[in-house]
Amino acid sequence: MADRERDAVSGTETTGHEWDGVKELDTPLPRWWLYIFYACILAAIIYWVLMPAWPIGNGYTKGVLGFSDRNNVAADVSNLRSARAPMYERLAAASTAEIAADPALQEFARAAGESVFGDYCRTCHGAGGAGAPGYPVLADDVWIWGGSLADIEHTLRVGIRSGHPEARNSMMPAFGRDGLLTPQQVGDVTEHVISISAARTRLDPNGASAARGATIYQEQCAACHGPSGAGDRTLGAPSLNDDLWLYGGSRTEIRRQIELGRGGVMPAWESRFDAGTLRALAYYVHEMGGGEPDAIPVPATTETIAPEPAQNGQATAPLN
Amino acid sequence: MTKTTLIDTTARAGDLAIDARAVNSKEARALYQKREQIYPKLAQGFFRNLKWAAMVVLLGIYYITPWLRWDRGEGRVDQAVLVDFEGRRFYFFFLELWPQEVYYITGLLILASFAIFLSSALFGRVWCGYACPQTVWTDLYIYVERAIEGDRNARMRLDKAPMSLSKAGKKVSKHLIWILIAAATGGAWVFYFGDAPTLFRNIFTGQADPTVYLFIGILTFTTYALAGTMREQVCTYMCPWPRIQAAMIDKDALSVTYRADRGEPRGAHKKGDTWEGRGDCIDCRQCVAVCPQGIDIRDGDQLECINCALCIDACDEVMEKVGRPKGLIAYDSYANLERRQQGKGARYKLIRPRTILYGALMTIVAALMIYGLATRHTLSLNVIRDRSPPFVRLADGSIRNDYALKLINMTDQPRRVQISVAGLDGARLLAPALNAEGNVVVDANADAVTNVRIHVVAPPGVSTGSHDLSFTIRDSATGEVATSESAFLAGGAP
Repeated sequence: MADRERDAVSGTETTGHEWDGVKELDTPLPRWWLYIFYACILAAIIYWVLMPAWPIGNGYTKGVLGFSDRNNVAADVSNLRSARAPMYERLAAASTAEIAADPALQEFARAAGESVFGDYCRTCHGAGGAGAPGYPVLADDVWIWGGSLADIEHTLRVGIRSGHPEARNSMMPAFGRDGLLTPQQVGDVTEHVISISAARTRLDPNGASAARGATIYQEQCAACHGPSGAGDRTLGAPSLNDDLWLYGGSRTEIRRQIELGRGGVMPAWESRFDAGTLRALAYYVHEMGGGEPDAIPVPATTETIAPEPAQNGQATAPLN
Repeated sequence: MTKTTLIDTTARAGDLAIDARAVNSKEARALYQKREQIYPKLAQGFFRNLKWAAMVVLLGIYYITPWLRWDRGEGRVDQAVLVDFEGRRFYFFFLELWPQEVYYITGLLILASFAIFLSSALFGRVWCGYACPQTVWTDLYIYVERAIEGDRNARMRLDKAPMSLSKAGKKVSKHLIWILIAAATGGAWVFYFGDAPTLFRNIFTGQADPTVYLFIGILTFTTYALAGTMREQVCTYMCPWPRIQAAMIDKDALSVTYRADRGEPRGAHKKGDTWEGRGDCIDCRQCVAVCPQGIDIRDGDQLECINCALCIDACDEVMEKVGRPKGLIAYDSYANLERRQQGKGARYKLIRPRTILYGALMTIVAALMIYGLATRHTLSLNVIRDRSPPFVRLADGSIRNDYALKLINMTDQPRRVQISVAGLDGARLLAPALNAEGNVVVDANADAVTNVRIHVVAPPGVSTGSHDLSFTIRDSATGEVATSESAFLAGGAP
């Protein structure tokens, strides 16, 4: 290349390209840049040999290291599962008192419960158990089926109106829609329900109407909700004395509930989660703020939880 | 590319001249020109000894510090200086800083910048000349190079000589020792981030974390490249400080200066010739030969000069031999250069508004830091209100808000603290361990953040909206108190 033209001013060779009398200098690349460039080419070739690189038809070159992101993730997940397994086993076997005495177990239950809750429960019950119309608030101290750890765990296990053989079932009649009561009577019951609840201070029930409703209430409602409206957890009948309403606390919503007798469905999670996960979830919900102390201690092994007969029958009368 | 023929002239009796070119001076450097190797000659004298001493002390501090132990009690970290990323702590002898106390490090950095401003205002680039790692490690590498290949002339001859067994042996052993020093540099660095004795054992048994080897590798490479092969190019091209220092130095700052008023006109001088009508500079170029930056100090103050003062040693030696007073090259100021040209005497002004200001700022920052450390709180509280649900209505009509409390205990001992709330009438705490006064008592773990979930219940009828609520934790033993402000939210009718 000895015959290449040199620029007179800079002494640098030109590329021989010329545009409108302007010639391009063939200025050498900086050395450091050139060396890094060569190193990159070399690294790329080494990479092709070692790692998955080129697509071929339906597959790709696998590389001699046998690296696979998919396998790595699968291995990570299975490692994590086996690392957590002992804690889940401990949790499944622990009583409420044992959990309360073991901060490490609590922390594990809380974290595992929060994670599962976020995936499966939050859609209906809201973040932090905030609830929504028709979906009970889990953070408060009102429990339709009981708020002890064992009660919550049992509800999780069998679900509500879920079709599970042991499911917690309750069925409020649709008094208005099914013509069990006339619209006038539904209105009277509504006034009575308001008058026995804490909502009476804000909704100002009609005294005459409420008095008529009281009679109907004792005939139609008191069997489940109790003569004074205190509710009955064994039947899944909510208390009517407080000012917390599953389907809304306005006069219209209270009346609509008497007309329609709405009742939601909660899936039975027994077939989806193992005993440890169920216990963690129950602990997390119990700890949201409204959890109640145990009446009966949680058995050491969850398998021995006997279904409470009273909760099975929707139509049959309770045994005691 | 032209290369001056290098002739060893020092061997000639009575002749002090040396054929050295300032290859790194601005005029000698072209943009696309390959770097010319600099072969600094060994200087001897006060400043060379000062630099040896600085090198020993600074390298000593660097290598020994991670091995110093400091007893913090049973089962606690016993390394005096440790940056513990995993445990999120910075240990410095009696101090143990948490990540949120990073402002002490900021204070230290501010102090360090004022220190470098002050030293620049007083003595020019002393940092560059004596203390900069680039200078210290380059000096160490040149020391090794000189020990194996000989001084300037021997090294130049060796590089020109054709490859031989002896040359290859020298080159290989030089680079091997350089790589060893580089590896030891990277090796010492990682000890600042982990327990040194454990890490030392793990490194050699192959059990250390891959990142440890990675960082040793990176620092080995940079040390070898920067001190072995790049040297003055780092100062000339890469370092911002030579550019910034122009703002730090004023007319009265001392820097290594060739006293042109005394030296010029320069010229060769034979023994017995008169000194009348000429300057003291005999143009022997010894100052250029010893310069590790490859410049000629007689061109005046320049960006490439790191003020290492080796040219002062070289010139003083020559001045002594020719029987002229020392100090033709010396620490001096621009102001004095001007004064001498006007026939006035030199005047040294170390205490000036600028140096007083820097000194005062350093004192203030240091005082603030000492005050901060002396009154440092070892107990603090963070409160995070649950946002979903924003509030919970209870069966009896009362309203509950939930809070996550973080109790930060910075001491070695677990502390029993009492949690209480104030600011909302009738508000009470709900938690497992209530005492007789309705306060919650919990144990804050030693040297850790303890999480506590707290429920606060306000009686029925609490007004709708946001209420101020303050949380207080009180150490039952010492009475130390920490407070955090939060809010209580209540909604309207269901």
